[in-house]
Amino acid sequence: MAEHEEHTGHGQAHYVRIWGILLVLLLISVLGPVLAPHIEDAAAGAGAHFLKGWMIVILTAFGIAVYKAYLVAANFMHLNIEKRYITLLLTTMLTLMLLFFAGVSPDVMKHKGQNWENVAAEAEIDRALKAQESNAHSGEHHDGAEH
Amino acid sequence: MTTRPIATTRSATGIPTGKLAVWWVIVSEIVIFGGLLASYIMHRLGHPEWAGYASHTNAWFGGINTFVLLTSSLSAVLAHHAAEQGDGKKAAKWLVGTCFGGLTFIGIKAVEWTIEIQHGYTITANGFWQFYYTAAGLHALHVIAGCVIMLIIANDARKQLELQRVELIGIYWHFVDIVWIFLFPLLYIAK
Repeated sequence: MAEHEEHTGHGQAHYVRIWGILLVLLLISVLGPVLAPHIEDAAAGAGAHFLKGWMIVILTAFGIAVYKAYLVAANFMHLNIEKRYITLLLTTMLTLMLLFFAGVSPDVMKHKGQNWENVAAEAEIDRALKAQESNAHSGEHHDGAEH
Repeated sequence: MTTRPIATTRSATGIPTGKLAVWWVIVSEIVIFGGLLASYIMHRLGHPEWAGYASHTNAWFGGINTFVLLTSSLSAVLAHHAAEQGDGKKAAKWLVGTCFGGLTFIGIKAVEWTIEIQHGYTITANGFWQFYYTAAGLHALHVIAGCVIMLIIANDARKQLELQRVELIGIYWHFVDIVWIFLFPLLYIAK
């Protein structure tokens, strides 16, 4: 049994090891935004001006999230030894989600185009940003509660 | 005369029908959560003012809850491991432990939401908070549903009954964990 577990990589020790890796990755994703400005400054000091803080946040937050999800799916859900049918099923659904994003995002993310303009969205962005700026000056922290 | 449940012995795919059904539930859930998260990302990128709203979420609450769910996932997979070895009692204990993790998650969420609502960050405040409460609330409902099902399965497993179901609830639980793995950076980290 122990040999079989070692061979398939699904023994108790293996699961605990994966959990440990997941916790380390969680720590990195929490510390990423905190350390990003310092890393950006250090990189700029070393001449690496291309490295920006937001790149570090994207990498530590979303890059690590993708890897964490992979670790859970492969090791805890056993996708690495599951029949290929399941992987195909999941890939199909994720592709459909990408298609949905590609189809809808231009209308949501852009507020004007050829012969159209989302006046309401533009007005709301303008109003909210002004309100946040005004609150920042007055020391008010309740901008999230504005209607 | 012994009877075996038909649902676990027939499948054209070579996958036990119960497990196949759980995977189909999960792919339908991908559409639900995927659609919601994709819509959130579009709005977040299209509305620069949402960065200001997002700055009020508490990354510590989110981080602790991520730790709790990851640990409960370990517990769920250890329950599956025990069930594979035919140890129903041990599997039941791990499942109860997983459920405890789920309830801890809900408890932390309740405290977090209470604080946010007291500060005026309600579901009607603006688009960001609408997405925040909808996504996290829908996820929390899945956690509660998972806990209820898990306790029923743990009760059977304790009596050495239907041990194959321990794996099935585990697969569902890990999916709920994965959804949170993406919700955490989206709602708490990207500010």
